[in-house]
Amino acid sequence: MEEQDKILNEVTQGEYKYGFVTDIDTDIIEKGLNEDVVRLISAKKEEPEFMLQFRLDAFRKWQKMKMPDWAYLKIPPINFQEISYFAAPKKKAQYESLNEVDPELLETFNKLGIPLEEQKHLAGVAVDAVIDSVSVKTTFKETLAEKGIIFCSFSEAVKEHPDLIKKYLGQTVPVADNFFAALNSAVFSDGSFCYIPKGVRCPMELSTYFRINAANTGQFERTLIVADDDSYVSYLEGCTAPMRDENQLHAAVVEIITMERAEVKYSTVQNWYPGDKEGKGGIYNFVTKRGVCRGESSKISWTQVETGSAITWKYPSCILIGNNSVGEFNSVAVTNNYQQADTGTKMIHIGKNTKSTIISKGISAGKSDNSYRGLVKVLPKAENSRNFSQCDSLLLGDTCGAHTFPYIEVNNKSSVVEHEATTSKIGEDQIFYCNQRGISTEDAIGMIVNGYAKEVLNKLPMEFAVEAQKLLQISLEGSVG
Amino acid sequence: MLSIKNLFVSVEGKEILKGINLEINPGEVHAIMGPNGSGKSTLANVLTGKEGYDITEGEVSYNGEDLLEMAPEDRAKEGIFMSFQYPVEIPGVPMVNFLKTAVNEHRKHRNEEPLTAGEFLKLMREKKELVEMDTQLTNRSVNEGFSGGEKKKNEIFQMALLEPKLAILDETDSGLDIDALKTVARGVNALKSPERSTVVVTHYQRLLDYIVPDFVHVLYNGKIVKSAGKELAHELEAKGYDWIKKENGN
Repeated sequence: MEEQDKILNEVTQGEYKYGFVTDIDTDIIEKGLNEDVVRLISAKKEEPEFMLQFRLDAFRKWQKMKMPDWAYLKIPPINFQEISYFAAPKKKAQYESLNEVDPELLETFNKLGIPLEEQKHLAGVAVDAVIDSVSVKTTFKETLAEKGIIFCSFSEAVKEHPDLIKKYLGQTVPVADNFFAALNSAVFSDGSFCYIPKGVRCPMELSTYFRINAANTGQFERTLIVADDDSYVSYLEGCTAPMRDENQLHAAVVEIITMERAEVKYSTVQNWYPGDKEGKGGIYNFVTKRGVCRGESSKISWTQVETGSAITWKYPSCILIGNNSVGEFNSVAVTNNYQQADTGTKMIHIGKNTKSTIISKGISAGKSDNSYRGLVKVLPKAENSRNFSQCDSLLLGDTCGAHTFPYIEVNNKSSVVEHEATTSKIGEDQIFYCNQRGISTEDAIGMIVNGYAKEVLNKLPMEFAVEAQKLLQISLEGSVG
Repeated sequence: MLSIKNLFVSVEGKEILKGINLEINPGEVHAIMGPNGSGKSTLANVLTGKEGYDITEGEVSYNGEDLLEMAPEDRAKEGIFMSFQYPVEIPGVPMVNFLKTAVNEHRKHRNEEPLTAGEFLKLMREKKELVEMDTQLTNRSVNEGFSGGEKKKNEIFQMALLEPKLAILDETDSGLDIDALKTVARGVNALKSPERSTVVVTHYQRLLDYIVPDFVHVLYNGKIVKSAGKELAHELEAKGYDWIKKENGN
């Protein structure tokens, strides 16, 4: 028993590889939040009036809101006046060519495995790199523009494509949707915007890479993806942060809109700093992600591999308005040490013959708590709709927790909703079986966990899947008892 | 090859093995028989290094080394193989990957180059024929959805791939119909060699009609109370275990 614990500990005490800090000149505004700060952010970004009004509206609503307390999370009080709401690497915000980019910054992204030189880049992935509050560089912009695809930083989109932003921003996640979405709407600094025109299949994966660098700042980014009729895009999101003893707040909003027969695949590998083994530090990750299938037969699928953050509060959802539209949620969430995750999805069936699938695989280790929370709601007019949910939990050791909170609401008789759930403990018998065949405990755990998560990992684009597999193995600090 | 001396083992404070002595030489087939609860599986688990057993006294040496000091995976790589009574399922892990990892771990231990995918598939084909293994099974996840017979055959197939020096078959006959039993036995016999020793742990004599032992030991109440040639198995079959119990004062 002890021996196994020891091996497990060694195996799983993988250090967080991305915890370094980049030494660059950073422009950070004073801590604190009030209307002036909101105006200052808008001014710094040279935004048009409609954006300022959007922010102020959100801020005024946010002031009247309370932090949600319904999640199965112990959230230490957050002093929103102790956070700086804008940090940007000094010099120029957006670079025309790589020669202008601070070499330190380039080095940072290279270390993270995100080369910004296009010729060296992984084949077929365009990247928007966001550090602290601003987008540093978007690659392959010109190649994409030839097809009419817009892929740029959010700030740029506000300037270059104000009509599109005006039309779609806040449509899917209204400013006062929830406490954190309202906060984001008031102070978000950058992010990515993507528009795929009618009939275009995006020829490469689009990707945003988020990096928190500055201390005592929050990161609030905004992603908006609009897929017009008969278009398709696969979108990837990755994130890391330095190791710090203080907690840092990350509150993002992602909005997706699909028109007739359009499809968006959104994949996330979330690897924010989870805090140390005693639970000190780490990112508070409060994210609102939602997609609306507006068009008939359109499809949105969320795939997420969540290994990071001290606290995760996140429910990527689909609102299925178009008839025959399809929503998918595939998730692997790993918690270890003192990490807490309350994550899941909402599938709202509004159109006829709409379909949704939920596959959630939770893995808990150490002293962590891992909850699945999901809502399946079928409205009266959503005839012949179907949902299938499968929520599995895997426990490593006996000091962690796994919880499932499914909410099901069906308002017509022709729809079918299925829910399956399992909880299992990683078997000492499974590990011993592997040992008996000459496989070490370390490799056995990696094998068993990856086997368990395979259904979801298979949905990720290739390079991401490999990264995610490794990440799963590294993240599992804990023990089997 | 394997020498067990005065072995005492307890589980959660309860003494299960009470002074086992056993010598096994290369090429020999030993059958360990006994009624339920006599400690047969405990012995198999202690030899392979499963956790949860307290060895309170005695020693086990394997090819001159202290077996009890070795990690389970090292025992495996040094040639001790167990065919499990209840092989576990590992969902999502393809048999092929599992076996390739196992075979290459063994090779690494012997300072041999790992097999390439092509070489491994060839090896798998050969061994499948040897133990009459259904070719489809290796495409599935480890033991997932296998019937009782398929699981046992799969154990013998793994034994063929790993070529152990000492094979311990723990209740390999349990839950098998006579045809499956014969196939499994044919597989085991095909793997017999002058270097390879086999320990057959079983409750019933019927498996021993097909895997013929050189020695039969009766384990009762944590001790080996009788050892003899294969005829002892027949005697047990005829008389049951009651006479053993009587002779040993129960």
